[in-house]
Amino acid sequence: MNALAEAFRLIITLDADLFEILWLSIRVSLIALAISAVISLPLGTWLAITRFPGRKFCILVLNALMGMPPVVVGLMVYLLLSRSGPLGWMGLLYTPTAMIIAQVVLITPIIAALSNQVIENLHQEYRDTFYSMGVTGRRAVVAYLVDARYALTTCILAGFGRAIAEVGAVIIVGGNIDHLTRVMTTAIALETSKGNLSLALGLGAVLLALSLLVNALVIGVREYAAKRQYA
Amino acid sequence: MPDSLLPIRIRDLRLSKGDRALLAGINLTIEDPGITVIMGPNGAGKTLLLRCLHGLIKPDRGQITLGPLGPESSRDQQAMVFQHPVLLRRTALQNLAFAAPELARSEPQRLISALAAVHLADRADQPARMLSGGEQQRLALARALLSQPALLLLDEATASLDPASVLVIESLVKAQSAQGTKVILISHDQGQARRLADEIVFISDGQITEQSPADSFFSAPRTPMARAYLAGEILL
Repeated sequence: MNALAEAFRLIITLDADLFEILWLSIRVSLIALAISAVISLPLGTWLAITRFPGRKFCILVLNALMGMPPVVVGLMVYLLLSRSGPLGWMGLLYTPTAMIIAQVVLITPIIAALSNQVIENLHQEYRDTFYSMGVTGRRAVVAYLVDARYALTTCILAGFGRAIAEVGAVIIVGGNIDHLTRVMTTAIALETSKGNLSLALGLGAVLLALSLLVNALVIGVREYAAKRQYA
Repeated sequence: MPDSLLPIRIRDLRLSKGDRALLAGINLTIEDPGITVIMGPNGAGKTLLLRCLHGLIKPDRGQITLGPLGPESSRDQQAMVFQHPVLLRRTALQNLAFAAPELARSEPQRLISALAAVHLADRADQPARMLSGGEQQRLALARALLSQPALLLLDEATASLDPASVLVIESLVKAQSAQGTKVILISHDQGQARRLADEIVFISDGQITEQSPADSFFSAPRTPMARAYLAGEILL
């Protein structure tokens, strides 16, 4: 109970350490999300509306990558960025940038696969009309992205949920360095191991609140779209 | 006035699914402007024929020419209105703007006029999918007509619509035909066919069994199948 009370105090007094960790977590995840969205939404759309040999295999791989273990992603990015790795000269290991890269690798397949399914369904509906109107290529991709905007928002929010809750990859490439690469999940793991349950619980409560907020946004977006017949 | 895609010639068209011929040995020449109505029982192949003309389906065999062009190369001179209109998840006006982006930039007032022509000017800013079935189909027709097509295809575009919407659509189709657009439409509605058709193509079991001027088709159909169809008998 003491730990819970202390956790509550940390939150309502806007504890500097807690909010530094919180801000870094959100910043890293939002940047990763923005980069990932730019890659994954057009990729998922393109895979949904084009036909080429090996397309189904690409979708299969994309779906399989959704379940990629974060520690494996962390290891891959670590090998890439470590001093002896191909990108070691950039000196990115144990920086927030490395964590962003790991999160991008982790959530891009998730958003791409989910958006692929969304656009695939829309494509079934729009295909003949778009053919008839001569809408192809980039114009079709943009039209699908615009018309599926609400469903795609839920895909993006799912990606954010995955990114913000990630621990395995970011701890490998970020190193959980205080005031530099410590985010909520890695801090919770560390503080729990140290027996500092109040900070761990405080961070856990914030993480849980963020998760609830994301889910509430998903539901809100869906309901708005359904009400406005944009679903 | 749109450039003509006439004559439309279909030679030895065959379309099958597995061993079953859906369209077999279709030969058809449409030379005259005006409105051609394709009639026939359900499953006869009317929609498939229209989709082949539009280039949506590639037949297994045969040749289709529209003037000097093929179905795909003439696509930008054609427009099709489907039985179930597919509208974008945007407002009515944005649907038209998407169909004619250059027009939307240079002469946006023409989009409003197009909406007014289908009695939807007051619905411009409503989400298109919140319109009634009849309003959606009128919007789909307005969208199709924006490009001033040489060939307008309508696949049972007025099926299950309210009389007011049917009237608006028929008026617009007639007006468009008078401006030089060749219209080919599928209809089960004999009243509509009598009101609109200059020519009837009757199709049954994947084959064209009759092509006649509308007056002679309704007064003296040449085949027993067409006679039975016009008599309202149930054709299996």
